[in-house]
Amino acid sequence: MNGISQAFDGKKALITYITAGDPDLETTAFLLKLLDERGVDILEVGIPFSDPLADGPVIQQAGQRALKSGTTLKKLLAMLASLKEEVNAPLVLMGYMNSLMAYGLEAFAKDAAEAGVAGVIVPDLPFHQSEELAGQLRSRGVDFILMVTPNSTQERLSAIAEKASGFLYCVSLLGVTGNEEKGNAPVEEYIQRVRSCTKLPLALGFGVGTPERAKAAASVADGVIVGSALISLLEPCGADRKQIEEKATEFIGSLRAAVDSAG
Amino acid sequence: MKTSMYFGPFGGQYVPETLVPALDELETAYLESMNDSSFNEELRMLLKDYDGRPTPLYFAPRITESLGGARVYLKREDLNHTGAHKINNALGQVLLASRMGKKRIIAETGAGQHGVAVATAAALFGLECIVYMGEEDVHRQAPNVARMDLLGTKVVPVTSGTSTLKDAINEAIRDWVTNVENSFYVIGSVMGPHPYPLMVRNFQKIIGEEVRAQMLEKEGRLPDQVIACVGGGSNAMGIFHAFIQDPDVALIGVEAAGKGVDTGLHAATISGGKPGVLHGSYSYVLFDEDGQIQPAHSISAGLDYPGVGPEHSHLAATGRATYVSVTDDEAVEAFRRTCRLEGIIPALESAHALAHVYRTAAALPKETIVLVNLSGRGDKDMDTILSL
Repeated sequence: MNGISQAFDGKKALITYITAGDPDLETTAFLLKLLDERGVDILEVGIPFSDPLADGPVIQQAGQRALKSGTTLKKLLAMLASLKEEVNAPLVLMGYMNSLMAYGLEAFAKDAAEAGVAGVIVPDLPFHQSEELAGQLRSRGVDFILMVTPNSTQERLSAIAEKASGFLYCVSLLGVTGNEEKGNAPVEEYIQRVRSCTKLPLALGFGVGTPERAKAAASVADGVIVGSALISLLEPCGADRKQIEEKATEFIGSLRAAVDSAG
Repeated sequence: MKTSMYFGPFGGQYVPETLVPALDELETAYLESMNDSSFNEELRMLLKDYDGRPTPLYFAPRITESLGGARVYLKREDLNHTGAHKINNALGQVLLASRMGKKRIIAETGAGQHGVAVATAAALFGLECIVYMGEEDVHRQAPNVARMDLLGTKVVPVTSGTSTLKDAINEAIRDWVTNVENSFYVIGSVMGPHPYPLMVRNFQKIIGEEVRAQMLEKEGRLPDQVIACVGGGSNAMGIFHAFIQDPDVALIGVEAAGKGVDTGLHAATISGGKPGVLHGSYSYVLFDEDGQIQPAHSISAGLDYPGVGPEHSHLAATGRATYVSVTDDEAVEAFRRTCRLEGIIPALESAHALAHVYRTAAALPKETIVLVNLSGRGDKDMDTILSL
């Protein structure tokens, strides 16, 4: 498996998010391999949580479907470990703090590292609360990926940039994931502001759901993150692998082309 | 941060990065307001002339007589405007919002008491108000939904997750993340990210300050026990705070045991939960071994919450306060008994605190003084009681 920095090497990175266990973990494993083969550069995998307060309706419902199918963090880590040799793109876990605390921060860091996880994102753990978890992860070679937002102050951007590793997750808007309405907001000035603070690659996410928006985002940032749109597209397929393969291949192809054309 | 975010190890700010600037702005404005005499004077005037403070301290002769043990006093928070202690905090936060120039108020509500209090304060200040309420609670608490509507507030039924209070809070936080530039989120209990637990406690601590002086005047000494129900825990922190430095005053929080703590159908977060993160702070929470938040259960919608304020977790961990629990059945029995004995219809939430008194006070010496925070009135619970 490659590292996170390689994903941005000489190209704009295409990053996808799917919720683990939606509709079941076997399908997630299949989908991760497929996304990897179709040219996704970083595979973000969501840990389903009962109360995902940073997520919009699409990812909330994906999480509910995943919990219904019996997905747990323990089973998810076991699945990722079994996938280690089969996937090239780095895996990044995204999950809420209570899931990690219930598992135990140290045990989580250890098991995530052993499962080949390259990075971890925790949307309800802001920078100033993240020292313990970040330390546990980084001492095992796992990046703790921090988020910045359009309303982050310059002072805070600098402080975050100083501690960040992997890439900086630039939330494109004030809002939750999958916000189509706000996804159009201009980001040039925001991205320039962040870039002035760091040499890390910048990936733009939240509300990036179409090839057009992906192209626009990739023209200013170093990578784009697509989540809700992919989940919505695949939801009607259920666990039907043929349908998933058809739809995902087409969508990822168009995103890949859009992102590459912005490079 | 300008003040400590923690009570012992509990508290903090477990929120999306988007909210960090808003919490900073809120903390700054709140700390300024605390030292601003015109803010304090305006709030004092509102609490007196609009809300009706001070609320009375009432010696309950027939409860005392029926028990034959401790002397029982009630702090009459049920006599506040809108019928519960919630208005103390709603007036404080909405006044602060108004001074910060925020035009849009967001709140969540379970039983509807906090929602009605915020709707009232928003009407008073001419601000737009949106209240998130679990769809199940919208049906359970129809009269309060009608009251909020009359007051000009938009009630948004929440159907995500389990359609109850915790999901309404998730939805309110999502709204706040999205509209953070013009909106003020009025949290209804001593929970959430810093500075809310501190700020809400400080807006509620007037309960304890008043009653401490009232008790000294009536009895010439402090009570032996102070008892309050605990959901998120705002009425309890409000009455406890003034007594924390008095080691001889026992502080007792009464949680909702629902069908029984060992049945899994309960809301007794301290008695039956573990430390975790919910809605922005580290505190006791009900969750399973995978970290999924467990739905709470209580007959009282105001206690039906799987978390508790971080300061309570700290008081429990240090042993300064004791937390016990009371079942649905015991609370209903206490509700009926208080109606008959004193001509007071208590909120089902407050009936939990009373139930603990009925269970324990008979065995206490006659010179013992027990003080109960009667946090709200029970008119809102008529449908629940009549349907039993």
